[in-house]
Amino acid sequence: MYTAKMQESIKKVEATRAARMAAEPRRMTAEEKDTLLAAYHPDYKEDGFVTLKVGPNKGEKVPTELGRLLESNSRILNERIDLNKIDYDVDVLVIGAGGAGSSAAIEAHEAGANVMIVTKLRIGDANTMMAEGGIQAADKENDSPAQHYLDAFGGGHFAARPELLKKLVMEAPDAIHWLENLGVMFDKDAEGNMITTHGGGTSRKRMHACRDYSGAEIMRTLRDEVINRGIPVVEFTSAVELIKDDKGQVAGAVLLNMETDEYLVARAKTVIIATGGAGRLHYNNFPTSNHYGATADGLVLGYRVGAPLLYQDTIQYHPTGAAYPSQIFGALVTEKVRSLGAMLVNVDGEAFMHPLETRDVSAASIIRECSDREKGVETPQGKAVWLDTPMIEMIHGEGTIEKRIPAMLRMFMNYGIDMRKEPILVYPTLHYQNGGLEINGEGFTNAVSNLLVAGEAVGGIHGRNRLMGNSLLDVIVFGRDAGKAAAAKAKDVTLGTMNLDHVKEYAKTLEEAGLDTGMVSPQLLPDYAGKRHL
Amino acid sequence: MQEMVNIFIFGKKYSVPGDLTIMTAMEYAGYQLKRGCGCRHGFCGACATIYRIKGKNELKTCLACQTQVEDGMYIASLPFYPIDKRTYNMEEIRAEQRVMMDLYPEIYSCIGCNACTKGCPQNLNVMQYIAYAQRGDFEACAEESFDCIGCGICASRCPAGISHPMVGELARRLTGKYIAPKCEHLQNRVDEINEGKFDDLIEQVMQKPIEEMQELYNNREIEK
Repeated sequence: MYTAKMQESIKKVEATRAARMAAEPRRMTAEEKDTLLAAYHPDYKEDGFVTLKVGPNKGEKVPTELGRLLESNSRILNERIDLNKIDYDVDVLVIGAGGAGSSAAIEAHEAGANVMIVTKLRIGDANTMMAEGGIQAADKENDSPAQHYLDAFGGGHFAARPELLKKLVMEAPDAIHWLENLGVMFDKDAEGNMITTHGGGTSRKRMHACRDYSGAEIMRTLRDEVINRGIPVVEFTSAVELIKDDKGQVAGAVLLNMETDEYLVARAKTVIIATGGAGRLHYNNFPTSNHYGATADGLVLGYRVGAPLLYQDTIQYHPTGAAYPSQIFGALVTEKVRSLGAMLVNVDGEAFMHPLETRDVSAASIIRECSDREKGVETPQGKAVWLDTPMIEMIHGEGTIEKRIPAMLRMFMNYGIDMRKEPILVYPTLHYQNGGLEINGEGFTNAVSNLLVAGEAVGGIHGRNRLMGNSLLDVIVFGRDAGKAAAAKAKDVTLGTMNLDHVKEYAKTLEEAGLDTGMVSPQLLPDYAGKRHL
Repeated sequence: MQEMVNIFIFGKKYSVPGDLTIMTAMEYAGYQLKRGCGCRHGFCGACATIYRIKGKNELKTCLACQTQVEDGMYIASLPFYPIDKRTYNMEEIRAEQRVMMDLYPEIYSCIGCNACTKGCPQNLNVMQYIAYAQRGDFEACAEESFDCIGCGICASRCPAGISHPMVGELARRLTGKYIAPKCEHLQNRVDEINEGKFDDLIEQVMQKPIEEMQELYNNREIEK
């Protein structure tokens, strides 16, 4: 399957393997990391960003593609929506049916609220389903929530909102416990101890996993639970705009049936935005590990109604996206491959970095290797480096790959590459939106009453970079909390008359700023028809 | 220049680059997918597909996102299949054989044709995990079905009308909740946190000035 040139390079990788395995590569110093990031991480480049001209974050930097959506008009600006014809009337409306939305719905239901989920595709069509490596929690003797806090705070460049990060780490063990009780099959030893590993930037082995289907196992369990509880899930239906009432509170959402193009009205006392990330906007022309619907819809909805974003200019490029063959270009190669011992190696067989640096540092280091250092392996899509997977079997014994990372084995085997015997080619892929809508410690936006946000759509939990295993964790922790808070709050809410005035006001602001993108937002789906793309 | 191949999407002919997957080929041909497309990386089961190569008798099944196109491929997608999930309260059921008899009695109508296994794009031994479920060996069923992504191809091929992915789901939840040994260190940590044992420690860390945090972070000891 590999080209002759690649095979030549593999020989060099094999030749250095024994020597590499005998020595752990040095970790970079803080100064080395700063210099590397400034020179090679896409977040630190001017290209790819614009300055917002309208809205709560006016004057701030934002990825170009997201900026265009935020500065576009609502798709219902010129539609006649009858807000008196209410199709759904609930206490809690959850927008999005991934890990955060499903957790929120379960907890809201548990609290006795009348809750409904609306989702653009199917329940479980979400980045949660695709999370492979694991979920962090400080639940072992040698670990503590404070240690977890330190790792995440430092890994996120000391920018996380302390009150949010505290919740993340303090509620982590309970999140795992909740999932265990729902029937999630975590990797355990015979006594029931969690089998845990490192992730990039962790100081303790606190990565819990379900093979390399961690997110899928969690997501399908949550989905099963949502259905068992009889919580209504309205699929193939997007929320295209939030509705407010005459008191200025959020009061529901305008929905769009994706198949019939019919608009529907959902009235709700509290609304939770759990719409996930933005990988499908392909910032900086990167491929993405994200699911088909990751188009930042919730950010657009929240922003138009007046909720500010936080750290919208920081994007996570996962260091190891599949780089070859082209059919899987950009697909996630879980960090767990490195947790299990595989090293990052250049075209000459040199281990050019410690394999478990944080994601931003690792991605920048790979980009440097493939650009200025000219040590990348040539592929049809550009350059890549080796991830030396046969090391895993040498360290942990034969059969480890099949047992611990079967999805990876399957994905490459599909194209005739046996990662147990040959290394695989990787390059950074657009993976995670570090920023998002700003929330307070209770999960609510400060700008709009009764509006909550959970999951990847939130900004500030992780700061300016996220550690592996903290996203699966945040969708559970903040999803559950949002569900409980939304259910409690709904008891005290009396709704007034609904309106969509903010849509017209936003249009006026755009006009005054001289903005006309010629587009409408949210985008809902990527535009791939008639094109060759990834 | 990539070689072009002819494929037939729902019987209609399109010429597409031969290195595309079925999913990206459909998009290249002009489809704006709404159904039959989810994670695009083999984890969600949205893109179950049936195809036949022109002139060959064998009917094949796959995931559209994980399968490269071939010349002469006749493609039909299966974006939805009426799988029958039964509902239950996990707090009330137990890992007893009669749970399967009550919830999924049709598994006992399996005729052993093995069409489910042959159709599985994950190469799982589907018929075997149904056999484990029949016997009430939920742990074995859970292990065998673990890599299931719920695409539903097995169910679409089953003459007995079994909803295999849902049987596996129930077995896995029973295993995770009732059969796998409980994690003691997890329970202990949850209790400790609830008792407030870490409240002071976390506050202390949070209150530190950034310079001190940087110092702590850069010099922290990393477990081997």
